[in-house]
Amino acid sequence: MLAYTFKRLLALVPTLLAASVLVFLFVHLIPGDPAAILLGDSATPEDVARLSREMGLDRPIYVQYFIWLGNALQGDFGTSVFFRTPVMEVIAGGAETSILLALLTMVWIILLGIPIGVLSATRHGTWVDQLASGGAMLFASVPTFWLGLYLILIFAVWLGWFPSSGFPSIHDEGGLLNLRYLLLPSMTLAAPNAALIIRLVRASMLDVQREDHVRTARAKGLHPARVAIKHVFRNALISVAAAFGFTFAALISEAVVTETVFSLPGVGRLVVQSILRRDYPVIQGVILVIVCLYMVINLIVDLAYAWLDPRVSLK
Amino acid sequence: MALLEVKDLAIAVAVGGQLVPVVHGVSFTVEAGKTLGIVGESGCGKSLTSLAIMGLLEGSQVRITSGSILFDGQDMLTLPAERRRAIMGADMAMIFQEPMTSLNPVYRVGEQIAESILQHRKVSKAQARERAIELLRLVRIPDPEGRVDSFPHQLSGGMRQRVMIAMALACDPKLLIADEPTTALDVTVQARILDLLKELQDETGMAIMLISHDLGVIAETCDDVAVMYWGKIIETAPADELFSTMAHPYTRGLMASIPVSDREVERLEAIPSRVPMLGEKLDGCAFHPRCGRARPICSDIDPVAIAVSPSHFARCHFPGEDQA
Repeated sequence: MLAYTFKRLLALVPTLLAASVLVFLFVHLIPGDPAAILLGDSATPEDVARLSREMGLDRPIYVQYFIWLGNALQGDFGTSVFFRTPVMEVIAGGAETSILLALLTMVWIILLGIPIGVLSATRHGTWVDQLASGGAMLFASVPTFWLGLYLILIFAVWLGWFPSSGFPSIHDEGGLLNLRYLLLPSMTLAAPNAALIIRLVRASMLDVQREDHVRTARAKGLHPARVAIKHVFRNALISVAAAFGFTFAALISEAVVTETVFSLPGVGRLVVQSILRRDYPVIQGVILVIVCLYMVINLIVDLAYAWLDPRVSLK
Repeated sequence: MALLEVKDLAIAVAVGGQLVPVVHGVSFTVEAGKTLGIVGESGCGKSLTSLAIMGLLEGSQVRITSGSILFDGQDMLTLPAERRRAIMGADMAMIFQEPMTSLNPVYRVGEQIAESILQHRKVSKAQARERAIELLRLVRIPDPEGRVDSFPHQLSGGMRQRVMIAMALACDPKLLIADEPTTALDVTVQARILDLLKELQDETGMAIMLISHDLGVIAETCDDVAVMYWGKIIETAPADELFSTMAHPYTRGLMASIPVSDREVERLEAIPSRVPMLGEKLDGCAFHPRCGRARPICSDIDPVAIAVSPSHFARCHFPGEDQA
């Protein structure tokens, strides 16, 4: 297991390099000269050229890449054109919001997705199942921004139960109670993904339920609930675990929208704003961090998969 | 009193809101310590009958429409679910046709055997594990201390069926239902599993209900035999009597279609035509469309069981006629 993990980590290096090239190049495809944007409308062409030279933008693109990569490997993604502070600090500033939002969202996905999926499968064909499946279908098809706006309208504007936007740090006044700012955003973000997990848990459990070994379990005289959890669900979990990798990818793109709708100071909104500001170093830094995170999450999913299914051997 | 007494058991499958009868009132008994063989071709209802006895039809599209299943004096069909589960896997246990898929792939075989013990006996986990090792030794699995921690995919088909048997024997059942236990195994392994079942029966005194499509298997292992055709039992007799005087033409056809290695024959005998579809409406004897000596009465009146001898019954208007 340890050797396998190490090998997988090594295999991440070429993937990361490829990703870094793509990230670096994509940003240069975006039209607009950052030096010109930074200096504003009144800047003379000489000023723009001077700033370009200072930022290294006049050098050949592959030189720019290697300089950037060399620095990135040391944790230095450069200085934000907009904030004039190191990119790592800018990203760290949004990290608290995004990490807490992601954790809360995962909690919702697991707390809603798994029990409702199990219930739906064990009550297969009844009104409980139809309600759960229909609801899941609805939430899986609703666009994140639309759901977010409606949650704001109902729970923040009409009922006034939760704040509609922003997020003061949990280190600020209010402490953990500030998490209530993330309640609506995390529910918005969780809805389509929990819906996916509900449908997936239900479908895999119904598949496993037909397998011979479940009949063996019932023949032991076990209580139906025990058969459902220990035998059916435990096997269904194998395919559900594989889906969590994809769920995470979906979360990242949906977080961008959600953080924008709820004006959260997170990494997702930072990406959008940085693109609008042509803040190359920040865009590159954030995307590379997300790529790393995504690859680590997928490695964890693979390891979990092998741990859940003894037939998968780690070689 | 018989250990198991099945009376007029009828089973139907729900198809599009309609109940299509598939087992048409079967009755038989299994005596304590004896082996009853139920033989018939695929789709004759023998597996459904065994699943009904074991209580494994619940939640499926299959319904028991009438009859009773008396086990140890209790009617399994009217027993509350909880008391019924207390019997399943304890006094009554079952092994299945497909050893490759009948074990849960994610648990070690020892855990799966122990689960049954922990369900029905007040023992500690360590004691259950000891008992699991003992059971693996009982079913002649080499190195039981090592094998107890194997996953199913690390064992061969024959070994997995031995594990299934160990699991079934975990709580010393009075009745073991074996539904085609050797069909999925190759011939040499088949013989060893059958020998094992016989030896275990001698050691434990349990009764066995053996379901098979293979008359050879039945002949080797059973005290009594019931032959099923299209959801009905068409002939019952002690095994030695049945194999010396087959009264029903279907039984004879079944026997004639077995390949015999020391007899030179060009073609095997086959019973003409096919088994009627489930739920098909048939007047008279269900076998008459395929029977070589059907007469007008056979297509009009369904024959009742006629005694060929005090212990031998056949549902045929002309039992034992023109014996080959």
